[in-house]
Amino acid sequence: MASGLLRLVAQRIVLGIILLVAVSVLIFVGTQILPGDVAQSILGQSATPQAVANLRAQLGLDQPAYIRYFQWLGGLLQGNLGNALSNGQPIGPEIAMRLKNTLFLAFWAAAVSIPLSILLGLIAVRHKNGFIDKLISASTLATISLPEFFIGYLLIYFIAVKLQWFTSVSTVYPDMPFLQRMNAIALPAATLTLVVLAQMMRMTRAAILNVMQSAYVETAELKGLTQFEIIWKHAFPNAIAPIINVIMLNLAYLVVGVVVIEVIFVYPGMGQYLVDHVAKRDVPVVQDCGLIFAAVYIALNMLADIFSILSNPRLRHPK
Amino acid sequence: MLKIRRIPLSALIGIAITVLFVLAAIFAPWISPYSDTSVVGDVWEPMSAAHWLGTDNLGRDLLTRLLYGARITLFIAALATALSFTLGASLGLTAAVIGGWFDEVLSRFVDLIMSIPTLIFALVVLSVLPVNTVTLIIVMGVLDSTRVYRISRAVAVDINVMDFVEAAKLRGEGRIWVIFREILPNALSPLVAELGLRFIFAILFLSALSFLGLGVQPPMSDWGGMVKENKDGIVFGIPAALLPAAAIAILSISVNLVADWVLNRTTDLKGGRGNA
Repeated sequence: MASGLLRLVAQRIVLGIILLVAVSVLIFVGTQILPGDVAQSILGQSATPQAVANLRAQLGLDQPAYIRYFQWLGGLLQGNLGNALSNGQPIGPEIAMRLKNTLFLAFWAAAVSIPLSILLGLIAVRHKNGFIDKLISASTLATISLPEFFIGYLLIYFIAVKLQWFTSVSTVYPDMPFLQRMNAIALPAATLTLVVLAQMMRMTRAAILNVMQSAYVETAELKGLTQFEIIWKHAFPNAIAPIINVIMLNLAYLVVGVVVIEVIFVYPGMGQYLVDHVAKRDVPVVQDCGLIFAAVYIALNMLADIFSILSNPRLRHPK
Repeated sequence: MLKIRRIPLSALIGIAITVLFVLAAIFAPWISPYSDTSVVGDVWEPMSAAHWLGTDNLGRDLLTRLLYGARITLFIAALATALSFTLGASLGLTAAVIGGWFDEVLSRFVDLIMSIPTLIFALVVLSVLPVNTVTLIIVMGVLDSTRVYRISRAVAVDINVMDFVEAAKLRGEGRIWVIFREILPNALSPLVAELGLRFIFAILFLSALSFLGLGVQPPMSDWGGMVKENKDGIVFGIPAALLPAAAIAILSISVNLVADWVLNRTTDLKGGRGNA
């Protein structure tokens, strides 16, 4: 039994790794799709032939693509992320620092939004078709329609500028005291929370409602349990698997949504780093950042799969 | 058949606002009070009789910029949606009808693309492609076609095994006939509902790219680009950047309301739970 479970989990992990390798190929190919010369297009039409030749050599374009791919992948596996084109600096340390910042932001956004969304989802089920329930469906419509920067700048405009509670620019630096750091990320974390909250709430509500329609909940009702006991003891444990799934998917979304939000708040994270270097056409940085974002995304999706296998015995016996 | 009275209020509001935006976009050159590129006042002037919504970061009339911005935003989003639908639906329907290795290869490839967040993959590709409107439309359309592919394939697989399709095949009709005359008409209603959602996604995606400085390039501006141009005013308490952002929000909420209604209607027609 336990070994079967282990095998299933191992299978998922292997699948995730295969997927990641395929994604690395895709990202590499994605930066090679331009017909003609990448070096020329990076430098523009007015570049001297000498400059183009130098850049070609620097990018290793004189070698075939598959060799460059394996050099890149080999370097990554040894922890060598290469050098940035724009300033010649090694990419590794820069990314390590920024990834830490991004994860810090995403972690606190998740720490607020997950419990809050579950709590509100439970309340919505308790008062089905009531005021809170209506509010949830309205706010879901709003949050899937609102661009992230609208929410972000609204918060900056009203909370940072009018009320002056927080600063509008989230500067963080290494060795920053914890409380100051928390103060700096308050607004970006709040924006991220607002972006994912409604969706998570709605899914929690749907998962629990789905369970509430089953026979054992009816039995519990007929036994005379209170509404709270029914939700807490019968509905919630059975709804955990879908809820965990939703949480993981939203965390994956957080990691992506963070790109725009870091730019809004000028937060020194991975997203800002990626966007800056896309504009500079710094291909090595873009490849590395792209792969790391994709890796986090795939890992979270994989975890969602694994958690749902663990929490739902029915998934352990695929047909 | 379709009575206006039977359309729910929310959908009516959605349709009205969407039509208003589209009209504003089409007639922008005639209804806007100034030229979209000329500087007509001070930087970030407040709202006044001369400039109903004030001026932007270079002193251009904000209302004019918004109207022209609607033009660019809607134009690019509509073309990208059209591309994603043509590409996604034709590949999805073909995959469902042909099946076999063609279906398998295409579906796994779509899975692969979808395992990378769309925005991230777009950024990766845009780092080497020339930045212009055509590239933008192609990148947005192709990336988004993966979702259309999935939904149209799923719908078509169901239809493909129905008796009338079987009859057409036995009659000796070719694949093209089966796809366009038998399956497409029956797959249309879920696809139309999806169309609205994809259009919203295209608007939000374009706005995000332009906001990051990687979409529409100045001096042209879509709404996302306008947010980027005016965002530095926010810290001085100048809300100019909030207006284009709000325009995006209002448009996408309206289209959403319409799409919701279409979705409910199609499930009604299929005997589903519909509005329950």
